[in-house]
Amino acid sequence: MDRLPTMIFKRLAFGVLTLVIISLIVFWGVEALPGDLAQTILGQAATEENTAALRAKLGLDQPAYVRYLDWLENVLTGNLGESLASGRPISELLSARLGNTFFLAGVSAVLAVPLALFLGVVSVLYRDRWVDKFISISTLSAISFPEFFIAYILILWFSVEYQIFPSFSRISPDMTLWSKLNAVALPALTLTLISVAHMMRLTRAAILNVISAPYIEMALLKGLSPWRIVVRHALPNALSPVINVIVMNLAFMIVGSVVIEVVFVYPGLGQLLVDAVSNRDVPVVQASVLIFASAYVSLNLLADVLSIVTNPKLRNPK
Amino acid sequence: MSEPLLSMTNFVAEGYQDGQWKRIVDAASFSLNKGEVLGLIGESGAGKSTLGIAAMGHVRAGCRIAGGSIIFDGIDLIKAPEKQLRELRGSRIAYVAQSAAASFNPAHTIMQQVVEAPVVHGVMDLKSAEIKAKDLFKILQLPKPETFGNRYPHQVSGGQLQRAMVAMAMACSPDLIIFDEPTTALDVTTQIEVLGAIRAAIQAYNSAALYITHDLAVVSQIADRIMVLRHGREVETGEARQIIQNPKEEYTRALVSVHHGTAPKLVGLEQTANILDLKNLSASYGVGVKVLDDVSISIPKGRTVALVGESGSGKSTVARVIAGLLLANQGEIVFDGQSLTQSYKDRPDDILRRIQMIYQMPDVALNPRMKIRDVIGRPLEFYFDMAADAKERRVSELLLQIGLSDKYLDRYPSELSGGEKQRICIARALAAEPDIIVCDEITSALDPLVAEGILKLLQNLQDNLKVSYLFITHDLATVKAISDEIVVMHRGRVVEQGTRAQVLSPPHHSYTKLLLSSVPEMSPDWLTGVLRDRAAGG
Repeated sequence: MDRLPTMIFKRLAFGVLTLVIISLIVFWGVEALPGDLAQTILGQAATEENTAALRAKLGLDQPAYVRYLDWLENVLTGNLGESLASGRPISELLSARLGNTFFLAGVSAVLAVPLALFLGVVSVLYRDRWVDKFISISTLSAISFPEFFIAYILILWFSVEYQIFPSFSRISPDMTLWSKLNAVALPALTLTLISVAHMMRLTRAAILNVISAPYIEMALLKGLSPWRIVVRHALPNALSPVINVIVMNLAFMIVGSVVIEVVFVYPGLGQLLVDAVSNRDVPVVQASVLIFASAYVSLNLLADVLSIVTNPKLRNPK
Repeated sequence: MSEPLLSMTNFVAEGYQDGQWKRIVDAASFSLNKGEVLGLIGESGAGKSTLGIAAMGHVRAGCRIAGGSIIFDGIDLIKAPEKQLRELRGSRIAYVAQSAAASFNPAHTIMQQVVEAPVVHGVMDLKSAEIKAKDLFKILQLPKPETFGNRYPHQVSGGQLQRAMVAMAMACSPDLIIFDEPTTALDVTTQIEVLGAIRAAIQAYNSAALYITHDLAVVSQIADRIMVLRHGREVETGEARQIIQNPKEEYTRALVSVHHGTAPKLVGLEQTANILDLKNLSASYGVGVKVLDDVSISIPKGRTVALVGESGSGKSTVARVIAGLLLANQGEIVFDGQSLTQSYKDRPDDILRRIQMIYQMPDVALNPRMKIRDVIGRPLEFYFDMAADAKERRVSELLLQIGLSDKYLDRYPSELSGGEKQRICIARALAAEPDIIVCDEITSALDPLVAEGILKLLQNLQDNLKVSYLFITHDLATVKAISDEIVVMHRGRVVEQGTRAQVLSPPHHSYTKLLLSSVPEMSPDWLTGVLRDRAAGG
């Protein structure tokens, strides 16, 4: 059983290393942009003297590596800096946004994951028959469209034609859970539609991979129903790849919702990132990217741990 | 006489192969009464597994039922709807497969799987199913029956898992159990335990059984009657004792005599020099796990040394060390008087040529995309640099030596039977004109009659060519047939070695004795006798 802690520790170490590398890339990427913060802040009003003065004030006259280390030190102590656009601390800006993004991702996951597993199982049970083909074609068409297109179609149907859900997903902390759910319904549905196909197809493929195993024939000869054979005997042995694709999709729901947040004017991290990029609010961009990267790294760690936990051979050594 | 429990009439099954339907089972008929055990025996491809599974109303993918009827207790299993079959399967007819390791679901504990059928079929509630399972574990002599079920399949040994599968089949007290080669994958010493346990369990619950195997000696311990199958057709059916002692058909006689017939080797061999000496070899895979522990074996010129042991005894590791595929940690390999470098990479071509290998699975050992002409011609080119016409002549000559002919030249391995493929492997080894051939379980994957032919061929070749064999096997019958000297290995150590007469006659080392007494004999009373002796002996 001491394999698991060692593995988690190793993975964490790699994750931290990955984050350091990402922070370097982000930092140097910003460095490579023409102009610098001082010029951006001053904009039209920039003169030789006041730019130089602001550089000195912001510490921009220091060499790049010193500034990187300063920035890294601040990040490590939880100080992400201040937004250039609003002057507010970034951590304050982020925390509300981050919560919103996780909320949207969470709602989408709760919809998408069980749906994908269910459809995967159903398409195995009816494989090569019309049910299977219908599921395949419809989920495939859903990912074939760009997400904003799906978003607009949903708005057209559910907000314009039938007015069930709002097309602007504004939420605020003082709303009830129910009205929050109502607000995020359309973006969550969009995320669900574009992520179900991956998960469902991989679930189907992973189950079909084990369905020719002798223990499946044994289950059949024990007189079990097809449903029970697939869910209880095939699925547990197909979990490892399924978990991986689910977690990748969760990461996508957090990170990849940028366009969707913009379409639905949802106050999430993606929206913030887009605003920050257009305002050239570099510290905010850096912080957001770092948070996206951490989400990816920790979800991948979670996938690895789950793969081990669901494998009885690794969980119960001889 | 009352209605039989199961009756199969003119049953025909077909399999889809090479674009057409071929008959696997051709008009088989038999009936089975309550509490009776029928043995189905035949070689691979005889259709016996198809027949067994069909008795549960199931056919594997790529097969179909083409005629006949199978009536179980008044229900026609061919016409019955899937739902009705599902209710029968697991509750009234149960199945025990060949490989328990593959047939247990790795994701659930043994108990979860044993109680599944009774609970799903509504025969028992979970509590009483668990109690019943523990009773069965006890009858099947599983260790710690109270907690055995809490383990996962990978946490118990192969023999225990096989018995657990018998428990799983008996969980609903079925009327009929299909045993499909349940002991074939086991070592002899384990086989005897499992066989004893199976017999005790079916007697305790008075179940009827269909016992499928290729081993006549095994089936005669359990079956009341035996049905012999060949190429999907019934050869003969009779009382177990009659089939063994007084077979009517030629084919059955051949099957029976495989076990008796061992060509006596020349006795009083004069001493010859050793072609290969293994001196105090120790080897391990990775760190710590010692697979070979101080192993010394000598192989005289022109003789056959049989290396016997069960799985995990390290016998195949010996072959790998000789071939230079695995480096020993200690010890020396002396070949024809000179010390060999350990890795095959450092050995000169001529040494490589003089040591050849033949493997267990000819299917895997032959390149499926090469014609036989090229398979055998390759070493001729490689070692002797032969020109095209000389090579051609030599390949024909070799084919003749192994009992095949020129018409095999342009065939691909897939067009050959298992025995023919193994002959090709032998020819390929011979093409190098080796001094010694290491034969690793080369008859294990073959049917008994085919294996017997291969052994005879090897003996003829040795008489003519004076080649030495290191013959690695777990099968003592094979050892008796071919060896001059015998080395017995157990857990990486040599426990006994000597001439065939010395090793096979008393006094034995205790492990050799266990091994010898575990080989099933062609007598219906053998198992009872052995189990009684062992119980008495402690």
